[in-house]
Amino acid sequence: MPELIEAKEPFRFYTRLHLSELTGLRASNINQLLDLIKQVPGSSIYHHTHRFLQQHQYLSPEPPNDFAYWTSEVLGEDELGERLASIDTIQFPTIRSLREAIIKTIEDFLKNDPMAKLKFAREGAEFHFIRSISFILPTNYVAHNLGEFVDILRKITIDSIYFHIFEARLRLEKGNNDFSYWIESSIGNKRLADEIARLDPYTRTLENLRKTLIKIIERKISI
Amino acid sequence: MARIEEYIPVVGQSVIDDLRLLAESLKGKVIQHINSTSVGGGVAEILNCMVPLLKELGVDTRWDLIKGGEQFFAVTKKFHNALHGRSEEITQRDLDIFTETSQKNIEEVNIYGDIVFIHDPQPIALIKKKANNKWVWRCHIDVSRPNQKIWEFLKDFVIAYDAAVFSAPGFSQKLPIRQFLISPSIDPLSDKNKELPQETINSVLIKYNIPQDKPIITQISRFDRLKDPLGVIQAYKQVKRYIDCRLILAGGTAIDDPQGLNVLEEVKEKAKGDSDIHILLLPQNDIEVNALQTASTIIVQKSIREGFGLTVAEGLWKAKPVVASNVGGIPLQIKHKYSGLLCYSVEGAAFAIKQLLNSPEYAKKLGENGREHIRSNFLLTRHLRDYMLLFLSLYYNEDIVYL
Repeated sequence: MPELIEAKEPFRFYTRLHLSELTGLRASNINQLLDLIKQVPGSSIYHHTHRFLQQHQYLSPEPPNDFAYWTSEVLGEDELGERLASIDTIQFPTIRSLREAIIKTIEDFLKNDPMAKLKFAREGAEFHFIRSISFILPTNYVAHNLGEFVDILRKITIDSIYFHIFEARLRLEKGNNDFSYWIESSIGNKRLADEIARLDPYTRTLENLRKTLIKIIERKISI
Repeated sequence: MARIEEYIPVVGQSVIDDLRLLAESLKGKVIQHINSTSVGGGVAEILNCMVPLLKELGVDTRWDLIKGGEQFFAVTKKFHNALHGRSEEITQRDLDIFTETSQKNIEEVNIYGDIVFIHDPQPIALIKKKANNKWVWRCHIDVSRPNQKIWEFLKDFVIAYDAAVFSAPGFSQKLPIRQFLISPSIDPLSDKNKELPQETINSVLIKYNIPQDKPIITQISRFDRLKDPLGVIQAYKQVKRYIDCRLILAGGTAIDDPQGLNVLEEVKEKAKGDSDIHILLLPQNDIEVNALQTASTIIVQKSIREGFGLTVAEGLWKAKPVVASNVGGIPLQIKHKYSGLLCYSVEGAAFAIKQLLNSPEYAKKLGENGREHIRSNFLLTRHLRDYMLLFLSLYYNEDIVYL
């Protein structure tokens, strides 16, 4: 195995734990949903587009947003559900722009199918708006080279991987995931950094994402 | 009582490390839980489990009780039913009894916590002692459709708290204070959920005369109309036309609950003549419940209304395919077709059971997914983490908090 490059700056792994705060706001039809999507705080849009990833981390990939799930499963609007599910979250650098894309998708759909406004959720199946409160904590894991990095990736919580891949990029508006940033700026391996940045993490489970990251980095280490 | 290290093989070292990190952030804070009883009931069960674990993690957690006589608890029982949406006549005299006993508790209970954590309506009026400390009201009840008179009466107290906590999104109310969502949990190391040796399972089945010769469908619930045991028998009969199987309906009923005894009689009547239906009036015996769940091919929870429905989590934790009604907290535990099957009717339940019995590989996959879903979201360790995050959140208003 070739000698590993020591990082200019070590990588400290953080973890992100979240608490769900109820807003008391609920929608029974698509119009109410649309109005509330426009009003709720960004932390609520974030919650409903990312909750699936954390709560169903071992299952097959699912539509990573609650809006898609609710419109198809509860209102029976499969086409809108599919359009919402296929919003390419990774393309949006901010929650703000993601929110706009969701609003536009629903508005466009309603223009073509105004009858959809007449569909109501049955009692008890309303859409409840929830927001995520994130707590970010440094862990004791620090990597000085890619070997240590990959060892830590094997044992760190899913929450930590989630934080560095999803939360850092979109919610903290860093524009890139933390792993790619460190690998490029501190290890100097731009190709590896780009390869990780190109992964679409929204179409994988978090465990699968962990395995994929380990595989990609191990391959580079052994070259 | 299990120690925190014993959870490492179940959830992993890093999850426990995270709990320790959080506990560190709460150093110096005293958490004071207050409820109405130290034994019996779900709240006491949770606190008996959580208080020692929080202490072991280094969070200074204490637990106090209020006092109340027979009359007071009769009134709070009425409150409980009314909050669940049942029709209850609540008189001015009832409200007076509540207020008088609450006043005595306000005078007698010593409040010393930096965070005072009040459980359910019985001690709710203690909020009148609020000073500069933080107060949280934890509502363990399904208040999605409460009796408005009682809710309005209690709301005057609730809005004086810093925050309220509910178990499911549908239970939340329009309130001017912060509301958090914290689901209940199961303890994977408890008698009800730990792994049992095959001999124990066999001996329970022998005790209740249940042969293991065909698939077993089980619903564990008290004999209550809201749990729809008659509907479960109907569904079983529809399945039985095509697939030979057994049905276990097991649960308790309070001796002082005449309605429960009536339901039990009706269930026995409906099951008459079918020796493959096993109606078990179980005493409180967690090992036996565990054994019956573990021996089952499919777990059913066909409730008409449900609080959270932790029997679903218990079944999923045993990697069993579960068929359950889409009510209360059940859809939080089962994602339809991924970690179980949801239903709305007897026919729907029967169809789902047939589907699972005829597709054992699919059933196995649902069970495995269900177990992992419970591991990530509904074990005691997640509950501990949420409680610590809740305590911390009282000191921050931001969406993103750096600790």
